[in-house]
Amino acid sequence: MDYTPHTEADVAQMLEVIGVDRVEDLFEPIPEDLRLNRKLELPEPLSESEVHGLLSSVAADNLAADSLVCFAGGGAYDHYIPACVRACAGRSEFMTSYTPYQPELSQGVLGALFDYQSMICELTGMEMAVSGLYDGAAALNEALRLAASVTKRGKVVVSEAINPNYRHLLDTLGASLDFEFVTAPATDGVTTFGDAAGAACVVVSQTNFFGCLEDVEAAAEVAHAAGALLVVQFDPLAMGLLESPGTLGADVVVGEGQCLGNDLNYGGPYLGIFATHLKHQRRIPGRISGATADVDGKPGFVLTLQTREQHIRRERATSNVCTDQTLMAVTAAVYMGWLGPQGLEELGRSCVGMTHYTADVLSQLPGCRVRFDKPFFREFVLELPAAAAGVVGHLAEEGFLVGPSLEAFEAMDNCALVAVTERRTVDEIDRLAQALRTVLA
Amino acid sequence: MSDYPEVYPPCLYDRSVTGRRASTIPALAPGLPAAEDVLPAGTLRSRPAHLPEVSELDLVRHFTNLSRKNWSIDVGAYPLGSCTMKYNPKIHEQAAAMPGFSRLHPWQPAEHAQGALRILWEMERALLEMTGMTRATFQPAAGAAGELTGLLIMRAYHQAQGNDKKVVLIPDSAHGTNPATVTLAGYKAKQIPSDSRGLVDLEAVRKSLDGSVAGLMLTNPNTLGFFESEIKEIAAALHSEGAVLYYDGANLNAILGQVRPGDMGFDIVHINLHKTFTTPHGGGGPGSGPVAVNERLEPFLPAPLPGYDPTTGKYFWDDNRPQSIGRVHGFYGNFAMVVRAYTYVVSLGAQGLHNLSERAVLNANYLRKRIQDEYPTAYPGLCMHEFVVTAKKFKTEHGIRAMDIAKRLIDLNFHPPTVYFPLVVPEAMMVEPTETESKQTLDDLADAFLQIAEEAVANPQLLHEAPVTTPVRRLDEARAVRKLKTRWTPPS
Repeated sequence: MDYTPHTEADVAQMLEVIGVDRVEDLFEPIPEDLRLNRKLELPEPLSESEVHGLLSSVAADNLAADSLVCFAGGGAYDHYIPACVRACAGRSEFMTSYTPYQPELSQGVLGALFDYQSMICELTGMEMAVSGLYDGAAALNEALRLAASVTKRGKVVVSEAINPNYRHLLDTLGASLDFEFVTAPATDGVTTFGDAAGAACVVVSQTNFFGCLEDVEAAAEVAHAAGALLVVQFDPLAMGLLESPGTLGADVVVGEGQCLGNDLNYGGPYLGIFATHLKHQRRIPGRISGATADVDGKPGFVLTLQTREQHIRRERATSNVCTDQTLMAVTAAVYMGWLGPQGLEELGRSCVGMTHYTADVLSQLPGCRVRFDKPFFREFVLELPAAAAGVVGHLAEEGFLVGPSLEAFEAMDNCALVAVTERRTVDEIDRLAQALRTVLA
Repeated sequence: MSDYPEVYPPCLYDRSVTGRRASTIPALAPGLPAAEDVLPAGTLRSRPAHLPEVSELDLVRHFTNLSRKNWSIDVGAYPLGSCTMKYNPKIHEQAAAMPGFSRLHPWQPAEHAQGALRILWEMERALLEMTGMTRATFQPAAGAAGELTGLLIMRAYHQAQGNDKKVVLIPDSAHGTNPATVTLAGYKAKQIPSDSRGLVDLEAVRKSLDGSVAGLMLTNPNTLGFFESEIKEIAAALHSEGAVLYYDGANLNAILGQVRPGDMGFDIVHINLHKTFTTPHGGGGPGSGPVAVNERLEPFLPAPLPGYDPTTGKYFWDDNRPQSIGRVHGFYGNFAMVVRAYTYVVSLGAQGLHNLSERAVLNANYLRKRIQDEYPTAYPGLCMHEFVVTAKKFKTEHGIRAMDIAKRLIDLNFHPPTVYFPLVVPEAMMVEPTETESKQTLDDLADAFLQIAEEAVANPQLLHEAPVTTPVRRLDEARAVRKLKTRWTPPS
């Protein structure tokens, strides 16, 4: 099945109108000696039922969060996704539409993005937000470029306690722009910022990769004293409890929006949240939905501030982003609307309570302790009496997923992250403790 | 128009009533710690986050009604040039939603993810066969991310050779992401003109090769819909300079199974899974922009790459790649889009992939021919999967712009083609019908184009005023910038 509707009669009539004898004649502009002139070495077509069977069997080769009880974190979390979120964001009018360059035909996506931007401003404490960037890592990278553009500086002070994958991405994408990275150490689970002299920005994660709460206000003071911007990588679901980064002095707030109603999906598609102050509007990356009026004065939405973007500004654009993660932003809008202020707060309370209960129970096991004596929100570092990677593997055999293990960090071979969402139950936590006791025995 | 009152379209906040809610959250078991007991008082919010307060039905109606104001492939034809808006098969959604994929956590060890790694491995093999390359990465989340990845690979390659090259050539018909990416990769963009046939000017390429050129970015077929027939000569010229030839896969749909970028001499290829392999565009994304390279550039691909051990039959993540440029995504890219593209490839098989490019080119040429008397192409000749017409005569003779024609098409129940791109064609309209549209749909679309040509003479006001059938009419973009409003605020 190739989904083409052409009958033989259609093809014959179309060729006659075009004025060629055979379909192959249409490829005449391709030099003969370049042509493949053979069939691709790929399997033969399958019927839809065979395709379904094949994909089902491949999917069954994964040991996913449905067959394990998920206590894994590190930037992706197993929160419940309400049925109405899937129903609304999954509508094919959203899913099978293109970028809203023709606004008269795109009021749906533009309206949903306006809702998204409004709610993200509220969670971040910022004045404007953009449609979804690729993921949390990409959003952070864009924040660095904005800071460099504002300050005309190329040095970046980055907390050691950000997601290590994000740091790898910053190193990759910063190299061609000659960024100089200075790592602020996080020896006891939270970051110590020295001074930020000459820096474009200071980057801190709230909560950080170890699950701990950072002193964002102190980071803001260090950054602003040096004329640098404060970039906060935030956790949107902590915002029912924690003060927003904007209130604490952030200049740019970025984050991973997977937890806002998007599936785990083995790492993507996720959602890069990006929000900042209005004064940076000419330097921000990506698409923005804005309100306006039509020729009759009727209110509507358009993509606005487009002169920053690559299709207009070309080599002087603020970013090269074109296709982004709009559908994930629409999903997040529905999810945030579902939560409401009470749901957001209750969810935060559930995460905090369950995570601390888990920490209490697990730290009573022989040789186990919570590594950092700092406040945490939805995950914490568990120190084990053995190499964490092995323990994570054995726990999976017992039906529990924890992690990631933290051998990537210095002297943390015996450590793993444990994350607890509102989906987990006291019974599951108690069973995790039993399983860990068995594994460590 | 600035005199209109400050009214704004209703958003979710406008439906909010204090005390209403949609969410249900599991109650915290008795005796478990309260937030106030474990978090320092200074970190807690002083007031609740102000999200809308709505019932579940309010929420569902709000977003359902929004969706009804949106065009989509499932609603009607979407002939946007260079966007390849073909049908997105429903089985793809069912496959990607299987819990084995959708509920797989990115930090799970490779032993848990053997099915996911198999998808990545086999889809990579399929793309390599279709492009004539030797290895690929799925980390880039979209085409532009693929471009940046490709140029960083190019840069790493030159640095490893000790070359200090500063310039990347791009044709004047290139998509805006090309020059924007060149800047991000630390290069200078230099524009190459099109010749009288609408092709890259080979002599101009040769003259530009002064030792400073790191590479050339090219789509083939190009954005005018023409196959760059001198591609071998272009490749030879680049390679004799030690420069690298980059293939922008925006238009790969035209040539799938017919000719391969690798056989044309390209060294780096990015592929848009959301175009050629029909993963749904989601109103602007997500996409997926895998990058494939030939053997000499393999060492520089982003890490980690999937690996396969034939003796154990196990897949693994290969992180031991010392010359890699590093990571370009937080995890492994838009994996769920790769599942959809994989589903497409196994559905179509070799024969289906060959058919689709033939039918895409057939459809484009048929539509081009049907409207050519009123809407001539900017350059003569057979097109590939898309074509660019100029509406110049309507502008000079009747004061009708390409945008007016586009808006009138909306009233005739079609999504317009891409307008004012490529920049080298005045009053450009770039039309890509794709292979999944039927002859009947193409005839209806051609009839609509021709009707508009008549209306431009007989009743131009119809075109100036269009659209009139949509939820809103032409919107004031200048006002949107002047009176910037990008979030809801309480009514004053």
